[in-house]
Amino acid sequence: MTIKGKAYIAGIYEHPTRHAPDKSTAQLHAEVAKGAIEDAGLSNADVDGYFCAGDAPGGLWPMVDYLGLKVRHMDSTETGGCSYLIHLGHAAEAIAAGKCSIALITLAGKPRTGAMPPRAAGAEADFEAAYGATTHNAYGMCAMRHMHDYGTTSEQLAWIKVAASHHAQYNPHAMLKDVVTVEDVLNSPMISDPLHRMDCCVVSDGGGALIVTTEEIAKSLKKPLVRLIGHGEAMKGPRGGKDLDLTYSAGVWSGPRAFEEAGVTPKDIKYASIYDSFTITVLMQLEDLGFCRKGEGGKFVADGNLISGVGKLPFNTDGGGLCSNHPVNRGGMTKILEAVRQLRGEAHPKVQVPNCDLAIAHGTGGLLGVRHAASTCILERV
Amino acid sequence: MSEAKTYPAPVTNPETAPFWEAAKAGKFMIKRCTACGEAHYFPRSICPFCFSDQTVWEESSGEGTIYTYSLMRKSATGPYAIGYVTLKEGPSLQTNFVDCDLSSLKIGQKVKVVFKPTAGAPLPFFTPV
Repeated sequence: MTIKGKAYIAGIYEHPTRHAPDKSTAQLHAEVAKGAIEDAGLSNADVDGYFCAGDAPGGLWPMVDYLGLKVRHMDSTETGGCSYLIHLGHAAEAIAAGKCSIALITLAGKPRTGAMPPRAAGAEADFEAAYGATTHNAYGMCAMRHMHDYGTTSEQLAWIKVAASHHAQYNPHAMLKDVVTVEDVLNSPMISDPLHRMDCCVVSDGGGALIVTTEEIAKSLKKPLVRLIGHGEAMKGPRGGKDLDLTYSAGVWSGPRAFEEAGVTPKDIKYASIYDSFTITVLMQLEDLGFCRKGEGGKFVADGNLISGVGKLPFNTDGGGLCSNHPVNRGGMTKILEAVRQLRGEAHPKVQVPNCDLAIAHGTGGLLGVRHAASTCILERV
Repeated sequence: MSEAKTYPAPVTNPETAPFWEAAKAGKFMIKRCTACGEAHYFPRSICPFCFSDQTVWEESSGEGTIYTYSLMRKSATGPYAIGYVTLKEGPSLQTNFVDCDLSSLKIGQKVKVVFKPTAGAPLPFFTPV
């Protein structure tokens, strides 16, 4: 049993807003749902499967009701920022099993307008909550150890932000459109050692949505055919404190599973959407996915190697979380959206990868330095 | 400095209450599985490695080394250093480093446990030796 080629992404939508104090969170979900359904050329009555995560107000069933959907398959898998990559894989499973034929996946929220509600405590709460793990210092701990073990430098990490900024200059919706240099990154204030302000992504309101469907339905619609050919998901945590190693992520498991199912290798990939909550997130995931060997991510990302038209692996050509947006502090959805744009040939001409027929969208959710999930999707233009 | 900070009292539960009772007596406890021999932290009733229920409390030396850290330069309660310590007994755990010059922390540095009061049981932290 495989999901290879069983599910097509027929509709995509990214909310143009980056700051939405005048809208409700449920409204943003509805607006991105409407956008993706219309992009596919379908109507809301066609949707028979719905997927959402912790950002959906009230969770799954209030959202299904609010959106007025009549569904026969539902999934509210919650794994932070990579929830939507997992939803895409689960939607493909449901479609392959005949449980639904047109699945809607939505993400939306407003962390720039107001504070996000705290996430529910796990069994570890008494033993960790007091120590103040945040995104910044949890990823800082990973970067600190990566530098210690492999000699990775702040200059190398800065190249990731530089590449993102080169792409963001062409995105009219990007929050940060100025091209920056390695020196700009190194001269930005230290937030949590060794990460500078420019090693961190933006905080933005907004959202995005996908329509996932069968081959038959996708071929009856008008959009270029983009299908999922490999998917992987995994989870990593301290697990009792044995053999702690913060220099790799759960991508070491989700990546190979996705590549194996797809029957392709990292060398075949023409475009990569890689979650970029921080520069170190990108570097570790490129290693974990096999684009370079463990410890060599610093050399791999340096000298513009991630810039479209310049380097070997164009990444996050919308400017990514580092420059464009990071709706709900979750990066998985926007990673899929830009990968689909690249495969459709709808990316900005200045960053469009020529003949882009194979792409990866990968992300993590949770805290890389504490416990997190990862999910990998391999997408193909037919 | 971290001394001025107030920390939340542990909620505790039947599974972890012995840890917090020992902490009140200044003892830092870990769990060890008598089936597979592995120590773990934070404490569980079922071993996370072999799933045996034959886990027992053991007093840790409270000594270890810094695996990694990150100094948060600003927060509502001032700068603080989060990190992981690898205990002599094996398990690594998340903590804050206290009672020291936060700018001089190093990976591999030797540290020991120190308890800080809360409104309930005291919380374990680590400080360079």
